[in-house]
Amino acid sequence: MALLQISEPGHSPQPHQRKHAVGIDLGTTNSLVATVRSGMAEVLTDEQGRELLPSVAHYTADGVSCVGYEAAEHNVSDPLNTLASVKRLMGRGLADVKTFGDQLPYEFAADDGGMPKIKTVAGLVSPIQVSAEILRKLAGRAEISFGSMLDGAVITVPAYFDDAQRQATKDAATLAGIKVLRLLNEPTAAAIAYGLDQVEAETDTAPQERIIAIYDLGGGTFDISILRLSKGVFEVLATGGDSALGGDDFDHAIANWLRVQVGMDEDLNPIEQRILLETAKSAKEELTDSEQVELEILDWKGTLTRTLMHSLIDGLIDKTLRACKRSLRDAGLENLDISNVILVGGSTRTPRVGEKVAELFGKQPLCSLDPDKVVAMGAALQAEVLVGNKSGDDMLLLDVIPLSLGIETMGGLIEKIIHRNTTIPVAKAQEFTTFKDGQTAMAIHILQGERELASDCRSLSRFELRGIPPMVAGAAKIRVAYQVDADGLLSVSARELTSNVEARIEVRPSYGIGEEEITSMLQDSFSHARDDMQARALREQQVEADRMIEDLLAAIYKDGDALLSDDERRCLKVAIQELREVRESTIEHRVLARQIESVAKASEEFAARRMDASIKSALAGHSLDEIEKG
Amino acid sequence: MAITMTPAAEQHVVKHLEHRAKGVGIRLGVRTTGCSGLSYVLEFVDDAATEDKVFHCGDIKLIIDPKSLLYLDGTELDYVKEGLNEGFEFKNPNVKDECGCGESFHV
Repeated sequence: MALLQISEPGHSPQPHQRKHAVGIDLGTTNSLVATVRSGMAEVLTDEQGRELLPSVAHYTADGVSCVGYEAAEHNVSDPLNTLASVKRLMGRGLADVKTFGDQLPYEFAADDGGMPKIKTVAGLVSPIQVSAEILRKLAGRAEISFGSMLDGAVITVPAYFDDAQRQATKDAATLAGIKVLRLLNEPTAAAIAYGLDQVEAETDTAPQERIIAIYDLGGGTFDISILRLSKGVFEVLATGGDSALGGDDFDHAIANWLRVQVGMDEDLNPIEQRILLETAKSAKEELTDSEQVELEILDWKGTLTRTLMHSLIDGLIDKTLRACKRSLRDAGLENLDISNVILVGGSTRTPRVGEKVAELFGKQPLCSLDPDKVVAMGAALQAEVLVGNKSGDDMLLLDVIPLSLGIETMGGLIEKIIHRNTTIPVAKAQEFTTFKDGQTAMAIHILQGERELASDCRSLSRFELRGIPPMVAGAAKIRVAYQVDADGLLSVSARELTSNVEARIEVRPSYGIGEEEITSMLQDSFSHARDDMQARALREQQVEADRMIEDLLAAIYKDGDALLSDDERRCLKVAIQELREVRESTIEHRVLARQIESVAKASEEFAARRMDASIKSALAGHSLDEIEKG
Repeated sequence: MAITMTPAAEQHVVKHLEHRAKGVGIRLGVRTTGCSGLSYVLEFVDDAATEDKVFHCGDIKLIIDPKSLLYLDGTELDYVKEGLNEGFEFKNPNVKDECGCGESFHV
């Protein structure tokens, strides 16, 4: 029995047509999966009602034995085969791993691709495989929840992940049989969960642009991201943080204070260590709501006040604030430029963190949503849109194309069809026509870049539209449509509208083009702006001149004998010749424009006579009556 | 006859309406599609149409167009949990048989 959810007005899905999409927060320590039910993002639980899934997989000689809580239990007894925190290894090379490998207890081996693999009893296991196990477990949880197959997922990644790390995450999803709708930056997901992208759309008074700081303090890592939200597009301005600083360090600081109070030595046995840490952790959590907490360890009794705890952890929090300031500086911003601050990560539950963050940014941070769930919830909201369960009006557009996409037109010019910084997915079409009488084919040359001449832009692809029915120049209507999907895949189609002949091609515009190249292409376009403008104007006049010469010659050939005297004909030929010469020699578009103008004047009379003649021939043989009735 | 809601359904409808922060109620309806003739519609309502019938259930307005009411009269909207799955269910006395998935039905 399918259970129903409430839809937006007019958007009830057809039976069996509802798409099931989830957002997955694939975390270093814990992962979550969320979906949207009746318009609300909800984290899906397992059979025991648990929301988190520890990002851990345990291997035996037969392969993966278990994932999640069960796997985490093997952590102590079988550390080498219990793989945790593999997110730190995703997309890294062996050399990278060696630099922080001592944080992890595993033995590494290189494989052909250079990606490190972990030695286990089941053989070599790559971080991608481990991530795939975690994703598979979460997808399975979702499929049981939905009672049907999953149509796709949005998976979150840290904003600082590079292409290799993102690709590794995508590969893990593919391995788990999950269709990735999109990878989404974690801080962006948090901003979406708080609906910050919607605030902008709904109120006219909202600022055009807002800067959002996302302060993400997990158990073992700290990330700060500064985003700019402008017209529904999130742009990462700066990221920073500390991969070895988190709420666990608060626990250690408090445990260390306890140790001194109790009078224990510095080298503790594991049991003593665990008692101290657990007491510290629960004391920290209790001080969230109360001013002080009574503690008892062995035969020691004491009190920890909130003020005292602050003195123990303030140094650690200050460390995160310094990273925040650094990121602000990187982004070229002041703390007062920030419109919203969002708290993410379980460790931001400690009220002191919120207080100090508020102090730094001069405003109260957003913390109404569960800081552990907020990223998964934002991903779920995005997944719901991408899978097509919401209307286009609610479309969140998060990515932009880095350079304009255009088409080469006559004279080697580029006509931009989709401008740079347009959000994707996007589809735009423009109509073109034939240049010559009887033209039956058209070459479509797809270009990328900001310059005005095709030769200065990057050529992406070419194809031909053939089979255009012969018509006079300008009569054919050729609709060229550019479409860029959410993954940046460009497809171009060209269709002649009267005959419906069509040709199309797919290209990947960002393929093989790096950040540097994009930057340099942009800078070129700025530094050559004036040259480009003149070059374009000149080319336009040259095209106009060619068209005029061709039209005029055709007209003389056809009607010259009947309508022109020898003198007139000679004059026109001279004018045409002069225009040809100027077209070849001048680099000044105004000079050419003047010449075109004078040829147009010289041929005015001829054009008028041709018009009369064609009207006469059209009217010949008809009575006045017929014409008036007609 | 009328259209009613169980307390569980009411609780969830209130929660979703509050979260959405707009809307005058929810619409129940039927559409002629699906593998077995008719399927249910369950949507938020921003503006009720003049011909709509409105049933009050606590503070919630259940809004139904007169045509759908023919097929839904006596229906109780429920909210159920089945294992990890949860959602709304139409308990419709008019149903003669439904397709295996329960998303569409005959009267």
